[in-house]
Amino acid sequence: MPAIHGMRTMLGPRGWAAFVAVGLALALGVPLLNLATDPASALHVPDYLVPLLGKYACYAILAISLDLVWGYAGILSLGHGAFFALGGYCMGMYLMRQIGARGVYKNAMLPDFMVFLNWKELPWYWHGFDQFAFALLMVMLVPGLLALVVGWFAFRSRVSGVYISIVTQALTFALLLSFFRNDMGFGGNNGLTDFKDILGWNIQARETRVGLYVASVAMLGLTYLLCRYIVASKLGRVLVAVRDAESRVRFLGYSVTGAKLFVFTLSAVLAGLAGALYVPQVGIINPSEFSPGNSIEIAVWVAVGGRGTLVGAAAGAFLVNAAKTYLTGAAPEIWLFFLGALFIVVTLIMPRGIAGLVRWPRIARRRDVPAAAE
Amino acid sequence: MRRVFAIAFVLLIAALPARAADRFEDLVGKLGADSFAEKIEAAQALGELGDGRAIAQLRALADGRLYVRQSDKQIVVVAPDATPAADLDKVRVNNRLRNVIATSLSSLMLFSPERADRLAGAKEAFSNDSAGITALLERALAGEKDPEVRDAMAFSLNAAKLRTGSDADRVAAVKELSGSVDPKVLNLLSELRNDPKIVPALAAAIDQAMAASDTKRRVIAIVESLFQGVSLGSVLLLAAIGLAITFGVMGVINMAHGEMIMVGAYATYVVQELFRAWLPASMFGWYLPAALPVAFVAAGALGVVIEQSVIRWLYSRPLETLLATWGVSLILQQLVRTIFGAPNKEVSNPGWMTGGVEVVGGFLATWNRIYIIVFCFLFLIAIAALLHRTAFGLHMRAVTQNRDMARAMGIPTGRVDALTFGLGSGIAGVAGVALSQIGNVSPNLGQIYIVDSFLVVVFGGVGNLWGTLVGALTLGIINKFLEPVAGAVLGKVVVLVAIILFIQKRPRGLFALKGRAAEA
Repeated sequence: MPAIHGMRTMLGPRGWAAFVAVGLALALGVPLLNLATDPASALHVPDYLVPLLGKYACYAILAISLDLVWGYAGILSLGHGAFFALGGYCMGMYLMRQIGARGVYKNAMLPDFMVFLNWKELPWYWHGFDQFAFALLMVMLVPGLLALVVGWFAFRSRVSGVYISIVTQALTFALLLSFFRNDMGFGGNNGLTDFKDILGWNIQARETRVGLYVASVAMLGLTYLLCRYIVASKLGRVLVAVRDAESRVRFLGYSVTGAKLFVFTLSAVLAGLAGALYVPQVGIINPSEFSPGNSIEIAVWVAVGGRGTLVGAAAGAFLVNAAKTYLTGAAPEIWLFFLGALFIVVTLIMPRGIAGLVRWPRIARRRDVPAAAE
Repeated sequence: MRRVFAIAFVLLIAALPARAADRFEDLVGKLGADSFAEKIEAAQALGELGDGRAIAQLRALADGRLYVRQSDKQIVVVAPDATPAADLDKVRVNNRLRNVIATSLSSLMLFSPERADRLAGAKEAFSNDSAGITALLERALAGEKDPEVRDAMAFSLNAAKLRTGSDADRVAAVKELSGSVDPKVLNLLSELRNDPKIVPALAAAIDQAMAASDTKRRVIAIVESLFQGVSLGSVLLLAAIGLAITFGVMGVINMAHGEMIMVGAYATYVVQELFRAWLPASMFGWYLPAALPVAFVAAGALGVVIEQSVIRWLYSRPLETLLATWGVSLILQQLVRTIFGAPNKEVSNPGWMTGGVEVVGGFLATWNRIYIIVFCFLFLIAIAALLHRTAFGLHMRAVTQNRDMARAMGIPTGRVDALTFGLGSGIAGVAGVALSQIGNVSPNLGQIYIVDSFLVVVFGGVGNLWGTLVGALTLGIINKFLEPVAGAVLGKVVVLVAIILFIQKRPRGLFALKGRAAEA
């Protein structure tokens, strides 16, 4: 797969310009308006908005990672919330270890919930998480390995279509149930929380929050470029072909299993990274992140923005979550009606999402193909 | 008046063997003595005497209804509500006396003329460790005719022999008690076994008895798990049949299926409230049969509406259908929450569904579970008949196997789709009626069963009632057998992982359609 070929068709000059403009506005504009402007000024970005936007950026990474497998390879994973949460838990474990003796029980070795459960020593799988580099490795490795194993089993025996959706949903459900158990050693129902600092910086501090926000936006940009690179490459074309006519691609001699497995694993790693950036910004990770409903919600972000566009997925994540933040505050009982209607309207009336409404220079050439034959 | 009493008393005494009569009369007389020591002695002796008539006097004494006539020192029992005559002195009681009375009464119960009293007395005698209890039980057993009371007495007698008998008696008693799973017996046996001065024969007998009871307990545990498993399986089956039909015929994953179950449960609730409000209480038990058609029609009609408004437009796009129906499910949940409120609604079991039947020692199978199992199987037969004996069923099966060919043969596939979806939803509604009897009726009801019912369908293979049946029962039973070993949550996780692995082996389920239909 010649890299030159992929890079050349990846983004046009206008695409690069738009990417840099949006990226700079998000990565530099927001922090500047938060830190350097007077709180009374109309241009001031209030403090609460920074982690909120950072959270949306993490969701956008998650949405792009799902779009990569769903929009391009036709794998509707209903378990991406699980990869996200696993990444989050790995980061949460690092943050727990950073608390040290500052917890309620003043135990330097054990997190509070373990002291509470009368545990005497750290479980083996908690070792190493006091090192940031190790935690970061695990953030990618744990979701990646899980996706590799599940994907290997599933794609090898040609489980596809709705079956793969059900399998991944069962997976996240199983993880949900497991993480609720106290003896799993991940804080049970309450999850991991009460974080103090990250890499030595106070996690509550304004500057740390801006830093995390910038990291999330940077990660979002990198994720976008990486996925764009993949879908523009030859592999990307194979993926689209797999989505549209899997058997035909297989008969042509391509390794469908290998291609699917690669994007599925990569997508899980990206989801894990999104989770790892998400946890320090919201300050908690608990098993409810594994709930099947959460994973399905990711699909609606992607569908709202437009499947198979990547940028649409990110935009969908921002839009739907902004609507959620607004509605759950202003009229909580309306939110579920709204979300439900969104699911129906997007699938019935706007199968190509917002990206389908906007005349998108590159996407417009794509034909609206029926979903892969089962 | 005095005369009548005297005569009655004399007659009563005359009817008894002379020695016993003397002793009984003597002791009853002593109950009216002045010193507490004498009274206590008398109460104790009356208990050991084992004459059922003394129950009346002792009860009266405990309740403060026993009097002594001043003139002739005769004992008189006064009825609970009557005012005693002027020449009667109340017999006074203290706490020590009360204790003695209670003990004596409990042994005397063995000789009461009332069967219920004797049975209660026999059971109570188990924990009575006074020295005389063995003799009393033996006498009571000799005069007892009722088989159930005899069993209880023999049981307690063995326990008494274990405590106080000779070693030979003990060994015999252990053999008699062998196989009992009563925790009281097991406690007693292990206490004896731990006695350092135990003789080897007794130790061996106890070990044997313990082993026998272990085996029996294991059998009971298996029966219990099996019943619970079949019960869970039948619930899963009810929840999954409708899903299997719509999935099989239309290839549609209906994420709102759980909400159809919820609609059925709320329909049951509404019917129940209507019965409460409008019909006499004697009719209340009928609300459940009445709720069945209501729930079927309500959920079925809703299903047809959803099919016509949403799903019809999404055929050949199964993943989108999944998302759209998820949206429908969110809306339905919130709708129910808005109308009925978020808290659980109470749906009570009708009288004929409460209680249960004891299958083997200590394991109670509740009626509501039994009824649901029976109902579920009858319902499955009815659906099988519908699919295999009616024109609509024929059309449905034809569309399942080959949609295009069916259409070419003139089968109105659009209408079959709508009716199939209605049928599947209606079945879910009926499942809701059943589930309302064993769980909470809440807006989240559907979510509890949705993942499980998907797994049943995937496990069993789509569009196949037989597969659904086997899938549901297997999952239910495996779940319940894993629970005691691994705990409820971990057991469930194991089942989930097992199914994920199973799908690798047979991606189309246990009973996949074969031949051309499988190519679809």
